[in-house]
Amino acid sequence: MSQKKIIIIGGGPAGLEAAYHLARHDYNVTVLEKDTEPGGHIKKDLTLFPDFANAGEIIKVLSGKMAHPNIELKTGCTVNELSKDGDKWFVKSNNNTCYSGDAVLLATGFDTFDATRKEELGYGIYDNIITSVEFENKLKEGKILTTEGNVPQRIAFLNCVGSRDEKTGNKYCSRICCMNGVKLAVSFKELVPTAEAYCFYIDMRMNGQHYEELYRTAQEKYNVTFIRGRISEAAATYNNKIQLKSEDTLAGLPLKITVDMLVLMVGMESSKHTKLLSWQNGIMGEYGFAASLGINSQDNLTKKEGLFLAGTCKRPLSFSETISDAGAAAIQIMEYFKTHI
Amino acid sequence: MKEWGYKISKTRVIDLDTADTTWYSELTKKVPSAKKCIMCGACSATCTASNHTIFSFRECHILFQRGQFENLSDELDKCMLCGKCNLVCPRRVNTRAIISTMRLLLTDMNNRTITL
Repeated sequence: MSQKKIIIIGGGPAGLEAAYHLARHDYNVTVLEKDTEPGGHIKKDLTLFPDFANAGEIIKVLSGKMAHPNIELKTGCTVNELSKDGDKWFVKSNNNTCYSGDAVLLATGFDTFDATRKEELGYGIYDNIITSVEFENKLKEGKILTTEGNVPQRIAFLNCVGSRDEKTGNKYCSRICCMNGVKLAVSFKELVPTAEAYCFYIDMRMNGQHYEELYRTAQEKYNVTFIRGRISEAAATYNNKIQLKSEDTLAGLPLKITVDMLVLMVGMESSKHTKLLSWQNGIMGEYGFAASLGINSQDNLTKKEGLFLAGTCKRPLSFSETISDAGAAAIQIMEYFKTHI
Repeated sequence: MKEWGYKISKTRVIDLDTADTTWYSELTKKVPSAKKCIMCGACSATCTASNHTIFSFRECHILFQRGQFENLSDELDKCMLCGKCNLVCPRRVNTRAIISTMRLLLTDMNNRTITL
């Protein structure tokens, strides 16, 4: 049997995990990653929820697996074109290199929501309003400071920024932000125990193992205050603090509060390359995500033979879900080659 | 002079910059399980008193938490301490203890205002 070759587009958690499974089953794998380093979004993370696992360590293990002799990892390689000719797939990258393979796994992931699109929340207009990604970055550097260089004594986290919001065209829930917000609030309180942390939410969607427990711990042990209500506007005060307006829907009263820092829990959107490559192949689904054959079965298959999907190019998923999905995608590809010799 | 009845109406807004939340800290020290409340409303749904009067323990709890004490004392008087709410709470919050403690703290608060 001639060795089959699979091209994986995207070197994030999904791409790396799937590559390793396929390589161990004697398939030839090429992973194309646009960044200079593999790992995708979790490169920017300090910890993963709900167990505060070290994200750096996890990336190290995943990237380490790329040393497998059956895997070729190409970094700095942006894919612009994906097409099929006969039984072969062709991938064109930014430096005009062409790769060909017998199957393609799309693992092009997500982009985080651009918070400037929610003008009323003041991101990019006022100081001390940052996204959850930027906050995680600060955690990674080991210190949370306002633009004036002070340790914030009062901080607010706002859920559903760019999710469950028809104004931005994103009717869906991004799934991970509730849990991530609790994780960030707890991490912040670990760092600055004397500070006050507020989480504004529509619903707390604690839909995974140990999520609800961490939410409870945040209330019980870390005294994080949860306020049910969406912040309608954020504006700077004369002394560069942020004043927030919301409703405390559980008290049935409007509410205002001044904080030193506002963290916007930005949602997940389909990435630029997910949109581009799925559009080129007629598999673009809702919200620009890539469409699988079905969410309950054949979730790694597309209507194009030989084109497979893994991870957040399909829809928002957590890290653990992405890893499981990548394994499933690898099995689907192997099954495919059993009938396509 | 004609009285037109104009007056400045009191704001309804919860202002967390000025609200006194130290009383709630006091409450959670005495009844730590209060912190676990997720405001599901099971307590209010089962409440014997609320079947006959306008009374919501959940609402009293959140108002106390946010430092909104106006009329709260009278509201809490509607509770008969039957403890049904304790039985239904999914987070095992000691609701009855919260009511008793809120009553004590509100009396404390009033006494303090009088001596001042």
